[in-house]
Amino acid sequence: MSKNVLKVENATMQFGGVVAVDNLNLEINEGEIVALIGPNGAGKTTAFNVVTGVYQPTNGAVWFNGEKIIENHPQGKMKKLYKGQHDGEYTGVLAPTPDKITKLGMARTFQNIRLWKSQTVFNNVLIAKHCRATSNVFSATFRMNRKEEAAQRAHVEELLKIVGLYDVKDELATSLPYGKQRRLEIARALAAEPQLLLLDEPAAGMNPQETDELTAFIGEIRDKFKLTIFLIEHHMNLVMGISDRIYVLDFGKLIAEGTPAEIQNNQRVIDAYLGVADDA
Amino acid sequence: MTRKKTIFTAAVLAALLAACIIVDMTLPTYHIVVTVIKKATVYSLVAVSMNLLNGFTGLFSLGQAGFMLLGAYAYGVLTIPVEKRPGVYQYFDGGAIKFSIPEIFSGFLGDTVGTVVGMLAALLIGGLLAALMAYLIGLPVLRLKSDYLAIATLGFAEILRAFFQWNALGPITNGSNLLKSYPAFSHATPYVVMVGLMIAVILLLITSTYGRAFRAIRDDEVAAEAMGINLAKHKRMAFIISSFFAGIGGGMMAMYMGTIAAAPFKSTLTYEILLIVVIGGIGSITGSVLASFLYIFSSEWLLRGLDSGTFFGINAPSIFKNGFRMVVLSVIIMVIVLFFRKGIMGDKELPDLLDKKARMRKKEAAGK
Amino acid sequence: MQQILPYIINGISVGGQYALIAIGYTLVYGILRLINFAHGDVFMVAGLVMVYSTTAMPFYVALPLVLIATVILGFVIERVAYKPLRSAPRMSLMISAIGVSYLIQNLAFYVTGGVPQPVTRPIPWISENVSILGASTKRVTLVTPILTIALVFVLVYLINHTKIGMAMRAAAKDFETAQLMGIKINAVISMTFVIGSFLAAVGSMLYFTNYPSVAITSGGMPGLKAFVAAVFGGIGSIPGAVVGAFIIGLCEEVIKGLGYTTFSDAFTFALLIVVLCVKPTGLFGEKVTDKV
Repeated sequence: MSKNVLKVENATMQFGGVVAVDNLNLEINEGEIVALIGPNGAGKTTAFNVVTGVYQPTNGAVWFNGEKIIENHPQGKMKKLYKGQHDGEYTGVLAPTPDKITKLGMARTFQNIRLWKSQTVFNNVLIAKHCRATSNVFSATFRMNRKEEAAQRAHVEELLKIVGLYDVKDELATSLPYGKQRRLEIARALAAEPQLLLLDEPAAGMNPQETDELTAFIGEIRDKFKLTIFLIEHHMNLVMGISDRIYVLDFGKLIAEGTPAEIQNNQRVIDAYLGVADDA
Repeated sequence: MTRKKTIFTAAVLAALLAACIIVDMTLPTYHIVVTVIKKATVYSLVAVSMNLLNGFTGLFSLGQAGFMLLGAYAYGVLTIPVEKRPGVYQYFDGGAIKFSIPEIFSGFLGDTVGTVVGMLAALLIGGLLAALMAYLIGLPVLRLKSDYLAIATLGFAEILRAFFQWNALGPITNGSNLLKSYPAFSHATPYVVMVGLMIAVILLLITSTYGRAFRAIRDDEVAAEAMGINLAKHKRMAFIISSFFAGIGGGMMAMYMGTIAAAPFKSTLTYEILLIVVIGGIGSITGSVLASFLYIFSSEWLLRGLDSGTFFGINAPSIFKNGFRMVVLSVIIMVIVLFFRKGIMGDKELPDLLDKKARMRKKEAAGK
Repeated sequence: MQQILPYIINGISVGGQYALIAIGYTLVYGILRLINFAHGDVFMVAGLVMVYSTTAMPFYVALPLVLIATVILGFVIERVAYKPLRSAPRMSLMISAIGVSYLIQNLAFYVTGGVPQPVTRPIPWISENVSILGASTKRVTLVTPILTIALVFVLVYLINHTKIGMAMRAAAKDFETAQLMGIKINAVISMTFVIGSFLAAVGSMLYFTNYPSVAITSGGMPGLKAFVAAVFGGIGSIPGAVVGAFIIGLCEEVIKGLGYTTFSDAFTFALLIVVLCVKPTGLFGEKVTDKV
């Protein structure tokens, strides 16, 4: 039984009166590639945001490598408004900011690309290494951290070569075509030295050929960097081709989970999302 | 940076320093050029410190004048010679502080060295005081969104100013009376050297990993946070460092002005600095320095005639009276804000000027 | 009680004047998300125009002139300094507002020579002394709150029951969608500045009736305080701005009455900071969540 990396437990996210994620339970084990799929607005990115600390769940907990890192229960106004389950089961509050969660070993990409527009390709990746730097502001300013900086730069060069962006390393990040910008975001996430990589629609806007390349690429980096990968995606070729397991979300609720084969034959999923088999 | 750029930059800076030394040796200290250089270097330091915060980290703070005020008063209060204190603090029994730091240092370092060391120490203390205030203010204020941050910092600066005019604090601040008779550098070169060194430190910070983190926060703080950069800690860092240098700038301003009162350090001063930063280019240190010099040079010298009746040979005392100069300057500033939003340098620095020439040469060559 | 009564009465009056300015800030912020730094200076210019026009012409010409001139000024500022930057980042817009404020102050210095302009002919009737509840004050202190409330009622009616008011509310909710739905956004924005400037002009005439002169810096403090009032009440909310302004006016005067005049200004800023830290959306404001 491989080690459990991520466990989302009874997570509910409610905004005012709207329940965006309803009692989500999922587990991801070491080395797996797990996909979260579902129609638009099902709550997938919200789930990501809860796991990465951008939102505090209204109720529930998240565990990372066996340790509880996030916990919350309805407070204040929400006590009356809360419509979800497992009310009263959680008493603590653990609300780390996203940067703390990243330092624990999680990194993500975004649905709408969020690169740093004024910086070069190289710097975009280099900045992600800042959280791993041991120098303080004085030693960095007066260049007493030369060795560490050199090592970081070397690592960035290596990453850029792996994703195939080394030749454009000095260009402005926004001057890259869309597909390359997505790859850059992945390289940036990798630079933060994560154990768990979260990819939010990495194939969005890509044509079938690019999607195939991306599928192979994700498999490669999983092996090369010993990653566990959690991804949100709509391109079914990619999802079915690479996932070990799939969770399906609809209107915030989990409606199915299983292997790609099981999901493809699940009637509820077909009705809600997949539709009749087509040439995608 | 390439070798060519390093040589170019070093040459330009060396030439400027040499020019300043020559000016100091040939012109009397009250000459307008010397005054302009002093004032412009102080404004450069404050503009660069503001650029660090507003331009590089994206924190729209309007509290600069408050930190300068702290630094200025700290410098004055700590350096007035003991024998002069009763005269300055006439209404407060000679004041609460009965020592002066330069004189303490003179005790064991001798008169000239001791005084200089003491003055520098007082400047440093002013900066540290400002940094401390920034730390205290930053705790609640840095969480606010940009427009709210602007007004909160503006508000703090105004509260500080009220405190410094309060007569109950008179034994230290001299209440609503001027502080004077403190030592100052009479030549321009010390100003240039000190400010130059401090701007160099800021430059080193900007090009370090922390500087890059600041820029990431400015460009997209959600992504920065997701990549492990703690927003609160880094914003506070930028705020404290910027205020430290603003405090030292305030102390140097006190030196330059010869007397200190709380009145000049109101929000108008912050607006001036902000506008200088914008003219120079948000995100360009070279731009801030350049714009400071242009602004001070224009307002103190070039456009002086606009205030006194004759300008470039045109004689029109009814139009060219007191205050016209600032009107013209304000209009020019508005034009730049509206039509040249990137400012003079955009986000480029001095070495990048070489890039343009090289690229233009390539274009011409390709055209042929 | 008798001692503090004049201060309370003054407080309500000053609060009303701040309210008239605060509405201008809150209206503009609601639609453009811009802190119109120049608004306080527009208030000051209105005061100067009043001084000059009342000295040179009869009141029934001078006072409408003040209103018209201020409205034109507000309109022109928006067209020249804010409209071109509508698609620019927020910081650029704020910097432009600061630039305009700077320009107006320097222009005022140039025109007046830095000397406060004495109010040689205060507006009759409202500047006469009256006695309320045993305290002696000018009639303007009574007129201000009444006039303010009346104008606010008219404004609220306009916003809630007319077409242009609905357009303004739509633009405040979602600027881009309002444009896409065919609302003439330029007209709406100009209207906002016209209303704000008009009210500031009224406030200015009432305010300076109580003072012997108009100085260039006269716009700074009331402007900033009105702004604090708008934030305190919930920026974007008109009732909030009015309530906030009255509270600030009252507290300010009471503090003066208790003897701490130097700190009446500082109090307002301290209040601002407390509000921003405890409840940034103000008394009546709405919370906005960002989508990631």
